[in-house]
Amino acid sequence: MTALTKTRRVNTLPLITPSVLVLLLWMVVPLAMTLWFSFQRYNLLNPQIKGFAGLENYKSLLADSALWTAMLNTLVLVASVLGVTVVLGTMLAVLFNQEFFGRGVARLLIIAPFFVMPTVSALVWKNMLLHPVNGLVAFLTRSLGFEAVDWLGNWPMTSIVMIVSWQWLPFALLILLTAIQSLDHEQMEAARMDGAGPIAMFRFIILPHLKRAISVVVMIETIFFLSVFAEILVTTSGGPGLATTNLAFLIYIRALLQYDVGAASAGGVIAIVLANIVAFFLVRTIARSLEEG
Amino acid sequence: MIKRSFYKKLILTLVAWIAATVMFFPVFWMMVASFKTEIDAVATPPMIVFNPTLENYATVQQRANYINAAINSVAISVGATLLALALAIPAAYAMAFFPTRRTRSTLLWMLSTKMLPPVGVLVPIYLLFRDIDLIDTKTGLIIIYALMNLPIMVWLLYTFFKEVPKDILEAGRIDGASRRQELFYLLAPLSLPGIASTALLSIILCWNEAFWSLNLTTSDAAPLTAFISSFSAPEGLFWAKLSAASTLAIAPILLFGWMSQRQLVRGLTFGAVK
Repeated sequence: MTALTKTRRVNTLPLITPSVLVLLLWMVVPLAMTLWFSFQRYNLLNPQIKGFAGLENYKSLLADSALWTAMLNTLVLVASVLGVTVVLGTMLAVLFNQEFFGRGVARLLIIAPFFVMPTVSALVWKNMLLHPVNGLVAFLTRSLGFEAVDWLGNWPMTSIVMIVSWQWLPFALLILLTAIQSLDHEQMEAARMDGAGPIAMFRFIILPHLKRAISVVVMIETIFFLSVFAEILVTTSGGPGLATTNLAFLIYIRALLQYDVGAASAGGVIAIVLANIVAFFLVRTIARSLEEG
Repeated sequence: MIKRSFYKKLILTLVAWIAATVMFFPVFWMMVASFKTEIDAVATPPMIVFNPTLENYATVQQRANYINAAINSVAISVGATLLALALAIPAAYAMAFFPTRRTRSTLLWMLSTKMLPPVGVLVPIYLLFRDIDLIDTKTGLIIIYALMNLPIMVWLLYTFFKEVPKDILEAGRIDGASRRQELFYLLAPLSLPGIASTALLSIILCWNEAFWSLNLTTSDAAPLTAFISSFSAPEGLFWAKLSAASTLAIAPILLFGWMSQRQLVRGLTFGAVK
């Protein structure tokens, strides 16, 4: 048997090192710089202001009501889009797991939004659907006899939630559909024989089976939704006022519009900490599934 | 019984198609608008019957900044994908075929770098790029995108290499294939589909990326994501032209996306959902 299982001895170090090295640089250097800047007085417009700031950036950021508005907006955005995509995604996954006419084509159509670049989908929603004068939604509300609503002006966060949900619902659907399809058919059949109705089937067989897939969707989406940026920049620019400014957009304003590197970096540290809390659980889930093979 | 299941199927068909139509509608509506004149595009009530025109596509194609953006998108996506593949293939190969005690933790560590929010490192990356003149360059975005997608690509390639039947490689070895022969005549053809779909996923992700492209480019290196966001027309009205430019921008990636649904699930969930 020794001849059969003979494996070549290969030095894997030169093969793996390049990837590890660039990822290490990519992670450690900017991270260290963000941390460093967050303790510095550093404004690009005024080079005279410099030196160690201690916790000043954090103190002024935490005292700034804009931060708390942005945190709340981030939370509202992440939670709302998660709710919409997970609930609708589960329902659609169950639906698309059934056989019906033209399922293949319908499936292609329904996942299409995920492949539309964020700036395009934001502009289509802003100009062609939600526009208070020429938008399709305004036309529909008017023809039903109501006043047209200025969505992005009066319901800015709701509009952003709609746009981001539209983009990410296909993601949730795809993942959950993949998970449902791995469901044991014999178990389903047995339950049906025992007289389980569709609701009991969903409640006691499908939903428990989907538990892990749903948690994966929630974690991955959370990491992406913490950094929603293009959709806000293109539609509302964080406004009106601060109504749609999330943490990512606040950092952008502080850094690239107000050139306050110190404050922006302190904001960046907060974003990293938030993402890491989620990432911790995500990595644990991935590790578990890696062990299961 | 047959009749009842037929009705059930009919109702399912109806509900599912309504859902699919609603979801696809914004894309469809944009595509329709791209064939309208500017006046028709903003007409109220919306024009459903109209004289289709290809004028918008002609106008968009003539604009130098559109062509430039399209070329940038292709160059950046392909460049970043090739760079990432060059780094990822050896690493994934080593981890899949010669696992050590450290392999699992290395893999997980790589994945965890993907979870760093880009906005957390915007400031240092911006300043670094400014100091080494990489702002608004294709090279700059190629480097960022390659690094951004590297963990996903190592992961995907690793799972694909794992699926290569070991027996075939072993048979080759017994027949006296050298390591070079084994790599080129056995492993390469067996893993080519996996490498191709990894590349496809990377191109999709690069093409649609809109955080770094908006923050790190202004005009010269701006890919389509950034070009579309700053789209305006000197003539004033521009919805139809914007729709034409957007349709051209999303069409190739929509096709790629439809082709690589499975890899997408695998790649974006890191195999946690099967």
